[in-house]
Amino acid sequence: MLSNYIQTDKKATRDGFGAGVYELGQSNPEVVTLCADLVGSLKIQKFIDEFPERFFQVGIAEANMMGIAAGLATAGKIPFTSTFANFSTGRVYDQIRQSIAYSHKNVKICASHAGLTLGEDGATHQILEDVGMMKMLPGMTVINPCDYNQTKEATIAIAKHHGPVYLRFGRPGWPVFMPEGSFEIGKGIQMNEGTDVSIVATGHMVWYAVEAARKLEESGVSVDLINIHTIKPLDEEIILNSVARTNCIVVAEEHQRLGGLGESIAGVLAKNNPTPMEFVAVNDTFGESGKPSDLLEKYGLSIADINSAAQRVIARK
Amino acid sequence: MDTNNLIKTATQVRRDIVRQVSRAQSGHPGGSLGCADFFTALYFEIMDHDASFNMDGKNEDVFYLSNGHISPVWYSVLARSGYFPIEELNTFRNINSRLQGHPATHEGLPGIRIASGSLGQGISVAIGTALAKKLDGDDKTVYVLTGDGELQEGQIWEAAMFAAHHKVDNLILTVDWNGQQIDGPNDEVCSLGDLEGKWKSFGWEVMHMDGHNFEDIIQTVNKAKTVKGKPVAILMKTEMGKGVSYMEGTHKWHGKAPNEELTNQALSELEETLGDF
Repeated sequence: MLSNYIQTDKKATRDGFGAGVYELGQSNPEVVTLCADLVGSLKIQKFIDEFPERFFQVGIAEANMMGIAAGLATAGKIPFTSTFANFSTGRVYDQIRQSIAYSHKNVKICASHAGLTLGEDGATHQILEDVGMMKMLPGMTVINPCDYNQTKEATIAIAKHHGPVYLRFGRPGWPVFMPEGSFEIGKGIQMNEGTDVSIVATGHMVWYAVEAARKLEESGVSVDLINIHTIKPLDEEIILNSVARTNCIVVAEEHQRLGGLGESIAGVLAKNNPTPMEFVAVNDTFGESGKPSDLLEKYGLSIADINSAAQRVIARK
Repeated sequence: MDTNNLIKTATQVRRDIVRQVSRAQSGHPGGSLGCADFFTALYFEIMDHDASFNMDGKNEDVFYLSNGHISPVWYSVLARSGYFPIEELNTFRNINSRLQGHPATHEGLPGIRIASGSLGQGISVAIGTALAKKLDGDDKTVYVLTGDGELQEGQIWEAAMFAAHHKVDNLILTVDWNGQQIDGPNDEVCSLGDLEGKWKSFGWEVMHMDGHNFEDIIQTVNKAKTVKGKPVAILMKTEMGKGVSYMEGTHKWHGKAPNEELTNQALSELEETLGDF
């Protein structure tokens, strides 16, 4: 039910990561954290204050950080690397590929400031290709939680999952709306059942999808709304069940269309149930400096964009 | 193991290298032959290691190979120290083999803890395991070998800076300093300059050793283990292709397999001391 998802607070998803990692510090002595000179941005100071011996400041040397994490994991530790998403993926892709993914290391790659909502720093830092890079790696789990609560729960959950994980979150304060206790790796969340259109969203775009769905429902459109936090492995069942009800689908994500969640879902649908589909995503362009909400609007990721994509896809049925 | 037996073992390891590469008609004999004495000393004398193989390496010495292309020498010493059957050396670089062209964990080969081949990553990994040992109160040592051409990779120097800053003194790096890389001598491709000065200025203790003298290898590594408060880099002089006359001292056999005639010539120079695979 849409009415279950009401904004209760405004906090950054990265704060959810910081809170989750602090809880892990208390509950799991094998958890260690690493950071490449962005402790303040990654919100891990509380972990460092309480567990200084289990924190490694690597400096501005992300490739080295990934290798050290792989070596710690080999010896039985559960390392959480932390830096911006750009420096967690593109900058160190080969290190992740060889020393972590191919070598089956239990490393948690935790990446903040993903996407356009990083804002004013601009396109050098606004990575929009990270999900694509990470989901292509065999054995890599890819998670993009939507709010503070879900990020905190995801952070805690991935420590119990054995294997490499890419956890993607962001910089800005963002509505908190997910009830606690709803996160399970690989299991999408049915937020609303409907019959006219499926809307699937991940990360920050889930809140926009909730708002779009409210407007659509007010105008008499019945929306089947799904929160996909785990992009890989993808919960194919929840998506196929949804399009069986609606026969059309919109996917919204703060990422390039190529390589994103929409592309994964298109593959599932093409194989199992070809369905009209619209993509709310960045369309083969870099971002720029600006306020997060202005950027989302300029690059076609606003609430109104989800709404009009829904109208378009319904007309294609 | 006494020096005579180490020499005997290393001779067989060299035969294994030539025969693996020749059989596969693919692989890297030059660097492998140059490091045969070092690997033999490590696995048959220096390291406290368990051939029943635990991935986490707790309470034992751990070795990482950063320059993964010299896999034939590692596979030979692993097999001959009991990690897997010697006959498996027959499968080097074949399809469905655990002996991949470059070392990997993916097929579950005992003795390998991380994939390597894309250069420059091994010191970082070794640091991670060394830090874990310190956290666990485990006083064993982590060894890592790199090539010399490999030192052109930037990540090496990220790792060098970190290890000195964090006083990772349970880590011993050996550099296979044969002066050669695929495209030619280091000095022609991209000079390493003052290599000793580089490591010293990064805060490492630097030692030198002759990679073809067992007494020197064992003494130097034992001395390196006593250094406290900083990591140690051992610059090991070796000759690429050592033991096979026509391969010695040239980069031409870095990544090339000998034909049948040259294989036979190489094997005639290397006595079968422990029985071929």
